[in-house]
Amino acid sequence: MAACPACVALPNQEKLLPKLDPEDVVMRRVELSIPTVHCAACIAAVERSLAARPDVFGARVNLTLKRVSITAADLPDIEDELITELDGLGYPAKPLDSAVLEKSETEKAGRDLLARLGVAGFAMMNVMLLSISVWAGAEGSTRDLMHWISAAIALPVIVFSGYPFYKSAWRALRSGRLNMDVPISLAILLAGGVSLYETMEGGDHAYFDAALSLTFFLLIGRYLDFRTRAVARSAASELAALEVQKARRITDEGVEEVVPLDALREGNILAVAPGERLPADGVVTWGDSELDPSMLTGETLPQAVGEGAIVRAGMLNISGPLRIRAEGLGEETLLKQITRLVETAESTRNRYTSLAEKAAQIYAPLVHILSFTAFLGWGFATGDWRLAINIAAAVLIITCPCALGLAVPAVLAAASGRLFAQGVLLKDGVSLERLAEIDTVVFDKTGTLTTGKPALMNSKEISGRDQQVAASLAQHSAHPLSKAIAAAFSSDVELADIVEHPGFGTSGELNGEAVRLGRADWCGAKAGDQTSVWLKIGEAEPVAFLFEDQLRDEAAATVAALQGAGLSVHLLSGDVPGAVQKMAKEAGIEHWTAGATPAEKVDALMAMEQAGHKVLMVGDGLNDAAALAAAHVSISPASAVDASRSSADMIIINDDLMQIAKSHKIATASKRRIIENFSIAAVYNMISVPLALAGFATPLMAALAMSASSITVSLNSMRIGRMK
Amino acid sequence: MNILAVLIPISLILGGIGLFAFFWALKNHQYDDPKGNAERILSDRYDDSPDAD
Repeated sequence: MAACPACVALPNQEKLLPKLDPEDVVMRRVELSIPTVHCAACIAAVERSLAARPDVFGARVNLTLKRVSITAADLPDIEDELITELDGLGYPAKPLDSAVLEKSETEKAGRDLLARLGVAGFAMMNVMLLSISVWAGAEGSTRDLMHWISAAIALPVIVFSGYPFYKSAWRALRSGRLNMDVPISLAILLAGGVSLYETMEGGDHAYFDAALSLTFFLLIGRYLDFRTRAVARSAASELAALEVQKARRITDEGVEEVVPLDALREGNILAVAPGERLPADGVVTWGDSELDPSMLTGETLPQAVGEGAIVRAGMLNISGPLRIRAEGLGEETLLKQITRLVETAESTRNRYTSLAEKAAQIYAPLVHILSFTAFLGWGFATGDWRLAINIAAAVLIITCPCALGLAVPAVLAAASGRLFAQGVLLKDGVSLERLAEIDTVVFDKTGTLTTGKPALMNSKEISGRDQQVAASLAQHSAHPLSKAIAAAFSSDVELADIVEHPGFGTSGELNGEAVRLGRADWCGAKAGDQTSVWLKIGEAEPVAFLFEDQLRDEAAATVAALQGAGLSVHLLSGDVPGAVQKMAKEAGIEHWTAGATPAEKVDALMAMEQAGHKVLMVGDGLNDAAALAAAHVSISPASAVDASRSSADMIIINDDLMQIAKSHKIATASKRRIIENFSIAAVYNMISVPLALAGFATPLMAALAMSASSITVSLNSMRIGRMK
Repeated sequence: MNILAVLIPISLILGGIGLFAFFWALKNHQYDDPKGNAERILSDRYDDSPDAD
């Protein structure tokens, strides 16, 4: 990390701390995922602040993969320190330990493909130059010389650059299948072989340039495909890294230790702080609190729990610290049951044949039959087998497999790049094709269509004095409902003796009268069926502050946009009917189902699929995970629980529901482009194949058809990136 | 036509230099982060190597 002279002259941050001597310390490579970096200033901020640390010897941001790779001293908790440093800068970071090895392998594969591509490009251009002189009319020994030089360049390159195709074709043949790579390999090898023979015999036509440009264009398609998948895989491995969950266990000596979930045993005592999710099912042994079950059941009403209450893994602890005794570990936990449901749903999901596979299924046999027929036909008709094999090679080359090879990857690379820039992560290209097919969208309610954060509903019915007292008390609590009250009202009431009672509420003194803000039973009121906080001043009747989950701002617009695109929209929730009906009405959704358990959600989706619908499921809770896996295609917001994010096909990183409608639009456009691309290739074939079969094809024609079709297909694909 | 004996080797050597430069760039991680490179050019900080160390 050198700095320019001007930077050195300025008071530089890097000079403030003495660096550790690189000679004395053991160094280690640390890889962190930083999903929020997006510009030159972010890169500079991250790299500069890391480089300023005495224990860091180098830091490099990779913006494409949204990662930073750091060379640091091998200290025990260096990773946590670096994460804290980046969090402080405003770039939340996550460790990527397990993915490092995989990353270096992917990178090597990418460089390998690029090297083959570069060599093919170099050889193609040189051979093309030599060929032009032949096409311009070089004859006799000059033509032979050109052919020989071309052969010297082309043959080694055909072996080196074409290797990925031969390997894949061989694998397909060995398992008795035909894939796209079989005709490709055959075309390249046959073109090379026939041209070599013609060169030795001093013939007119050599197809070295065609063999090379075929390899070159197809490698471009291969590389685009690779790049798209590498970015998706890197993002997916970050999501997997998030999934490592830890629990805090209290040992017999009363000391807290952090352990991975699978180290938990029945009867372990676990500590759960407010704001954390319960790591296991169990029974509360100490503490009072409220739990938010919305991720588990879709219900928004918090449950009050005290000693002896049975609690479920995945619930969010809202107010007070709890200790629970882990019970029913192993197969019985709700989490495990949901995982099992997800697995069954995934295995029953029908296998999808991608457009590329469909095209290959038609194309590969057709080309072989055409070329073989031409060979036999010309051979028997004229008795000239040299002419026959020349024509067979020309047919193979001129069928433009390069346009077909580019048709899908070029569109997917453009579309997934476009989606990524908009904040949507695509796990693989096939989900985009699936998304283009849907006719029904099913939403989950809590956390997906709604914000999942309750908002105060009845502020107009509460007197000004009550508002102020409540706000003063609420300021002293971290409970989400208190925070909402404190944010809603301003206060200049002075209270004395403010104490927070975890799990119950906050109390204080106002002019000698005791005041309380908290749970219904604690304030002497009767709890209703709505999320509420109660305020009690002295002996007066307690006053209720009612809360309700609210629709996301863009929810109604999203639903309208999806309906406008001709899709039918459903709401499928685990919450009580009243709340679901209200939200459905507000969002403009006609069909709704309430009180659905995770298994019922899957059944509902299966029923729709059986009725012939292709369903997009949008959900975020644990209760949605199985439904997400069962749907034709699924989307999760980034705020979803890990299980849901890992079973969804796409993830909305920027938490904007409107992206669903936009992604659907891009997906349908992509599918249209892919089909257009196939049509373009087909038109080229319809013109050139009869010519080749009739024996009129020349190397010049092959070169023109190949380049023209590949370029039209690429340009057509790039239109996705410019779509409004 | 004798000029070909000079021109063809020259064109191959020039092309070969290009190919060598491409391999050098590839080996030095110049193609690992295309998006980052597009942004880094906007920063006034001198950047001497695309590798982390």
